[in-house]
Amino acid sequence: MAQQKNETAAQGHGGFPWRQVIGFILSIVLTLLAVWVVYSLELPAKVTLGIIIIFAFLQASVQLFMFMHVTETKDGSIQTWNMIHAFIAFIIIIVGSIWVMSFGMGYM
Amino acid sequence: MSSETAESVQGPLEYSTEEERLKIFGFWIFLGAEVILFGTLFATYLVMYGRTGEGPDPGELFKLKDLLIETFLLLTSSFTGGLAVHEMRRGNLKGLLAWLAVTILLGLGFVGEEAKEFIEYMGDGASMGTSAYWSSFFTLVGTHGCHVSLGILWIAGIMIQLARRGLNAVTARKVFIASLYWHFLDVVWIFIFTLVYMTGMVM
Repeated sequence: MAQQKNETAAQGHGGFPWRQVIGFILSIVLTLLAVWVVYSLELPAKVTLGIIIIFAFLQASVQLFMFMHVTETKDGSIQTWNMIHAFIAFIIIIVGSIWVMSFGMGYM
Repeated sequence: MSSETAESVQGPLEYSTEEERLKIFGFWIFLGAEVILFGTLFATYLVMYGRTGEGPDPGELFKLKDLLIETFLLLTSSFTGGLAVHEMRRGNLKGLLAWLAVTILLGLGFVGEEAKEFIEYMGDGASMGTSAYWSSFFTLVGTHGCHVSLGILWIAGIMIQLARRGLNAVTARKVFIASLYWHFLDVVWIFIFTLVYMTGMVM
């Protein structure tokens, strides 16, 4: 027990949590930027949507890399590719469903 | 044997045994499946977008102020969850417990705000059975809210174990996995924020 405690204490993770603080600031900035783009810039709806979706993916990356340490340990690359695969499937399910269901809407 | 070398090989406590390392790896696979679960709910929501029937439109009911309160509660809780793991890796049990407590309180604030929001919508004539649009809205946002509620109970349970058993490889792994779950719920919320609320207010 005591030995294990000493080991965690000496991880070199001590000191100020820079990663977390930078991640938190980035999340807040990206959230407020999205609100600003939607409310203050009068861009066409599709452009607005495109920009805020890019912000969403950036913010998801902040969580994954700054907070969740996805690349950590020797499983890091498999974990990262698993998440990339999951998000590609996520995009295919969403875009594919909208695409399929938008056909023939004029006949409904 | 010098303890210096043992430390540099082992890394953080939650990865100190093969079993704990594999459990963390397994949890990442679970999170991949969760991305797909929410993908199907987002797909249904976006396909049903605009099918409001006789009910109100989302743009009439969504309020930016309430949305920002919920978003900042959850963003901050994800940050404090990160600080909890940071303290754990420094071997500071008290700091870990304190940040986990703050994380849970912010999570409770989020769930409370969301419950208030849902009750307001129902008062304004938008409930689960109002229209295809509102059914898909409550299913998507409600599934996320259930995940957050479960996360609160889970972290509370781990805090009890930490208080009783202290920090060891098993409890450290449990904290780390719960923190992954908690940050993941913030990832899902970012997409709800963007694809449900921001989109509903502009389009």
